[in-house]
Amino acid sequence: MSAHQVLLEAHEVAKHFGGVKALHDVSLTIRRGEIYGLIGPNGAGKTTFFNCLTGLYRNESGHFVFDGVKLAADAPHKAAEIGIARTFQNIRLFGNMTAIENVMVGRHLRTRAGVFGAISRNAATRAEEAAIARRAEELLHYVGIQERAHDYARHLSYGDQRRLEIARALATEPKLLALDEPAAGMNGTETEALRLLVEGICRDGVTVLLIEHDVKLVMGLCGRVAVLDYGEKICEDVPAVVQKDPRVIEAYLGGSVA
Amino acid sequence: MNGQRRRIPLWQGHWLGLVLLAATLFAVPFVAALGGQAWVRIANFAILYVFLALGLNIVVGYAGLLDLGYVAFYAVGAYAYALLASPHFGIHLPFWVILPFGAGLACFFGVVLGAPTLKLRGDYLAIVTLGFGEIIRIFMNNLNAPINITNGAQGITLIDPIRIGDFSFSQTSTIFGVTLSGPQKYYFLLVALAILVIMVNMRLQDSRIGRAWQAIREDEVAAKACGINTRNIKLLAFAMGASFGGIAGGVFAAMQGFVSPESFSLMESITILSMVVLGGMGHIPGVILGAVLLTGLPEALRYGIEPLQKAAFGRMIIDPESLRMLVFGLALVLVMRFRPAGLWPSSLRRRELSETTD
Ligand SMILES: Nc1ncnc2c1ncn2[C@@H]1O[C@H](COP(=O)(O)OP(=O)(O)O)[C@@H](O)[C@H]1O
Ligand SMILES: [Mg+2]
Repeated sequence: MSAHQVLLEAHEVAKHFGGVKALHDVSLTIRRGEIYGLIGPNGAGKTTFFNCLTGLYRNESGHFVFDGVKLAADAPHKAAEIGIARTFQNIRLFGNMTAIENVMVGRHLRTRAGVFGAISRNAATRAEEAAIARRAEELLHYVGIQERAHDYARHLSYGDQRRLEIARALATEPKLLALDEPAAGMNGTETEALRLLVEGICRDGVTVLLIEHDVKLVMGLCGRVAVLDYGEKICEDVPAVVQKDPRVIEAYLGGSVA
Repeated sequence: MNGQRRRIPLWQGHWLGLVLLAATLFAVPFVAALGGQAWVRIANFAILYVFLALGLNIVVGYAGLLDLGYVAFYAVGAYAYALLASPHFGIHLPFWVILPFGAGLACFFGVVLGAPTLKLRGDYLAIVTLGFGEIIRIFMNNLNAPINITNGAQGITLIDPIRIGDFSFSQTSTIFGVTLSGPQKYYFLLVALAILVIMVNMRLQDSRIGRAWQAIREDEVAAKACGINTRNIKLLAFAMGASFGGIAGGVFAAMQGFVSPESFSLMESITILSMVVLGGMGHIPGVILGAVLLTGLPEALRYGIEPLQKAAFGRMIIDPESLRMLVFGLALVLVMRFRPAGLWPSSLRRRELSETTD
């Protein structure tokens, strides 16, 4: 695999919480343009992996190389700047801001206006504000919630909130979009619509890292899948192979019985 | 509006109201003067506090940082003016040099204090800022030996008034046939400054920076994940608030002609914070209302309660100063109990609070 095909490499990333080994030397490689699935039973360490990747947690050992650059630990805004955007398993929107304002916040990183621009409202600032609003509208349209633009985020339905979080993440112009259980709590129709959305995002050139509980969705969407169990990567392959792996079946059956 | 939110500029469609407001603002110093120049000075202080409260509103209302030492920046601005425009050192710089310098100095102190502390959680930040406010006051009180810099508790007197050429703000003069006293002139200067700070508040609120502040207030983790450098953006709010404090301090020093550490007590910080909270945090009209009420009420009490007591009992029973604190405390308790979002909150803040208490 040539270097320019690789977008993200995790090298033996480890994270402990007291005695709990949430991540145990996890290594994986995500290629540009693919939809990469990360699955595993509850408590396997999937969210912890996201948090280390996006700088919310500091991993004890190991490191990430993103687009050829080693990521600084413990600097979430830098992760976003370098091109990693994420959503949260337990949705984290700015509840008392409108949907469009949420997406506009996502544009913060790629815009410049400071205090003096804000106070003087010079031509450059006005143009930038207009561009921010326009882009935010486009993104709301892209995820299909444009008619909710001026509603408070916390008044949106659950499915719409998940979409809004994706729109906000896309506003940062990511190279890698990391989705933490985006289909959780969605019904069949909503999940299907989400599948189409994620496929579209990938087609538009954004690499997707997908944590998902809905195994059917993962198997249908992802090119490759890694399975975590008790903080360890037990398997990584194309869905058809992963599905038949005895360790995976064991982990899932063991997990659901316990 | 079933959950929909639209931003309406403060004055849009309210031309009549705006004209009335302007007329009222214009009339105030002349009406107040009928009761004596003391009332004009009270009006001046009300507007100075509007200015201060709106400066603090950027920190507390917009960025959600609980700052209990705001008066420190006010003190820095006041002493900067006092030392650079008084016989104390024999330096007499013009106001247009000192006011920006005072603002810059206060801003510098804001950054110095904020940079290491803004990682702290809200309640810790409150304690650190409270300590800082006291430290500045104690410094002002004790920096008279071995070298006399601040003149200690006696304070600094004979501070130059604001002067543009021969036009001094401390003397009575006649402009276009209208005779204006010193305090009346300061009144118009203060109104101009207040309009400036209102404009700054409004424009900041609806900007990239303002959205970042609100995002941090709503969910700091999500704000970080959106690429906001939360520490820098908070520091920006802190520094801006401090600069406005510094300007207010300079104007205060010039207007009074005298500063001493006594004016910069913890009580002062708490009063300014109360104005913001009581009026309606983050909501410009609310903060203005809070500042005017909390400046005006104690004065009205002072002038109202004396004759009232004399008439009723023939002598003074309760000293107005202690009554002032009583009413102040009672007002805060009542407002927090019955209108927790403030007297005049933004619709947003009202919702935030009403739904979290459900
Ligand atoms: N902030 C934390 N403090 C302590 N333990 C944590 C924390 N976050 C996660 N864990 C623990 O790490 C393990 C992995 O959790 P998590 O990454 O959330 O799993 P998943 O997302 O795969 O369900 C669990 O045992 C969880 O209890
Ligand atoms: Mg999880």
